[in-house]
Amino acid sequence: MGMEIGGILNFLVSFAIMASIYAIFSMGLNVHWGYTGLLNFGIAGFFAVGAYTSALVTSPMPTGVLTNYVKQAFGLNLPFLVGVVAAAMVSGLIAALIGLLTLRLSEGYLAISTIGIAESIRIFFNNESWLANGPQGLIGLPQPLHDLFPPGYYNYVYLVIVLAFLAVIYVALERGIRSPWGRVLRAVREDEVMASADGKNVFLFRLQALILGAMIMGIGGALYAHFSAAIQPSVFEPLFGTFIIWAMLTLGGTGNNKGAILGSFIVWALWSWSTFVILKIVPRGFETRAPFIRYVLIGLLLVIILLRRPKGIIGEERQVSRF
Amino acid sequence: MNSPSDSPILSLRGVYKYFGGIKAVDGFSLDVAPHSITGLIGPNGAGKTTLFNVVSGLYKLDSGEIRFKDERIDDLSLHQTFHKGLCRTFQISRELKLMTVLENLMLVPPNQEGERLWRTWFFPGRVKDQEGEIRERALESLRSTGLFHLRDEYAGSLSGGQKRLLELARTMMAGPELILFDEPGAGVNPSERLTLADRIRRLVSEEGITVLLIGHEMELVMDVCDPIVVMDRGKKLAEGSPEEVRSDPRVLEVYLGGAGS
Repeated sequence: MGMEIGGILNFLVSFAIMASIYAIFSMGLNVHWGYTGLLNFGIAGFFAVGAYTSALVTSPMPTGVLTNYVKQAFGLNLPFLVGVVAAAMVSGLIAALIGLLTLRLSEGYLAISTIGIAESIRIFFNNESWLANGPQGLIGLPQPLHDLFPPGYYNYVYLVIVLAFLAVIYVALERGIRSPWGRVLRAVREDEVMASADGKNVFLFRLQALILGAMIMGIGGALYAHFSAAIQPSVFEPLFGTFIIWAMLTLGGTGNNKGAILGSFIVWALWSWSTFVILKIVPRGFETRAPFIRYVLIGLLLVIILLRRPKGIIGEERQVSRF
Repeated sequence: MNSPSDSPILSLRGVYKYFGGIKAVDGFSLDVAPHSITGLIGPNGAGKTTLFNVVSGLYKLDSGEIRFKDERIDDLSLHQTFHKGLCRTFQISRELKLMTVLENLMLVPPNQEGERLWRTWFFPGRVKDQEGEIRERALESLRSTGLFHLRDEYAGSLSGGQKRLLELARTMMAGPELILFDEPGAGVNPSERLTLADRIRRLVSEEGITVLLIGHEMELVMDVCDPIVVMDRGKKLAEGSPEEVRSDPRVLEVYLGGAGS
């Protein structure tokens, strides 16, 4: 009995960690789409860049017999926080390059190039084995404060770490969005010509939003890498890395950071808990295919939300500027 | 500064703007005297709005020269001409629909401290102080345009006439030296039009702003503007006082559709 409660608690803690990491991605997307109207369909790309950057920065180079099995371009063996910062920087740098190339063009170009770049990043990590061990990926990634706590309790510690990142990002974003800076972003979203006529450099503000959102996504990627302690290219496929985050933000409320967090917890609950229910109701022999029903469920949920409550559960507030 | 009578605040020399084979602005020259309300009229398709788009930097001209306060501005883009002291409005009113009336106005003042993200994080006090001042100014311009009671409504939900008043309040927030009004009277009922004409006159008499105004309703233009410039097919057709323009046979011809063309 005691074991069972412990098992449930462990499950809930891992659930909360993943939901919180997704909440960070959703807030990043909110900066792009919710406030600035930037169509980023390549969240998975920044997710991957963040995860791989932090993995390579924090893990040591393989030694001994491992060198036969694990190839990686470098392993700096630096602390976790350095890894997270590096993840944010590299992700932001890639966003800057994409932005410089596409943000002066009409908005469709950003959408198309983010799809393509995210897939290219994933395939690059898959094929270029020298960089991060190709399809096998990297395993045994270091976890912060791991040795200070008994292994069975480590997830509680990691939950606290993730929640701390979530809180800092939330507070920083709210401050920015409710300030004149956020007001300009929303003006750019509403009507870029009008924003220019009011003297705002639309390109520069779009670029800032693209970089900031990507840095937040990079942090989310790093937090994911050190939680799962193993990453491989297949994690960063569009469904798991992009589509589900769009569903989270849309459900919770585009243009509202609380909505982004709420939507992440709801969608991740549906995603991770529905498997149990689905496995019980599908006929024998179909168990291996059962998890794919979840995609249908998420899609259905998205359709219902868009029809019934297009602004999401808690949409953008009427008066956002409040400083 | 030169004496206001001899040096134009805005000066256009041989401005051309083509769209493919169409000469939308075809060698247009114009001087706008400081503290004047210059009217720009002409039939549909004469190139008036295109000329505004070129002057304000929304479009790039194909050739010619535009000077504002004796400085070339024909290389500047829309947001840059704003910072030079030039504010424009739009023929079909544009407002930031899913932002409140108050937010629409608070956006406008240039160089706000809080437009830099890091300052909102590390110097929130300064941002907050300035934000308070900007809010007061915005509320003041809402009072003077009679929109105060609508301050927390979405700008997109205003009526046509209210949107024109919001546009006017916006130009007041910009603190410009020259305002380019593109059909400020369009979609406005006759009583609101009187308020509008009165407010435009006061912009000039009380705040020393210069106005260049495109008008379609002859009453509004004849009432507030002097001089009036007539544009037809991208070229200047006539220029003079309202009386001169009204009695010019060439103007009557383009407006009433003479047989000669």
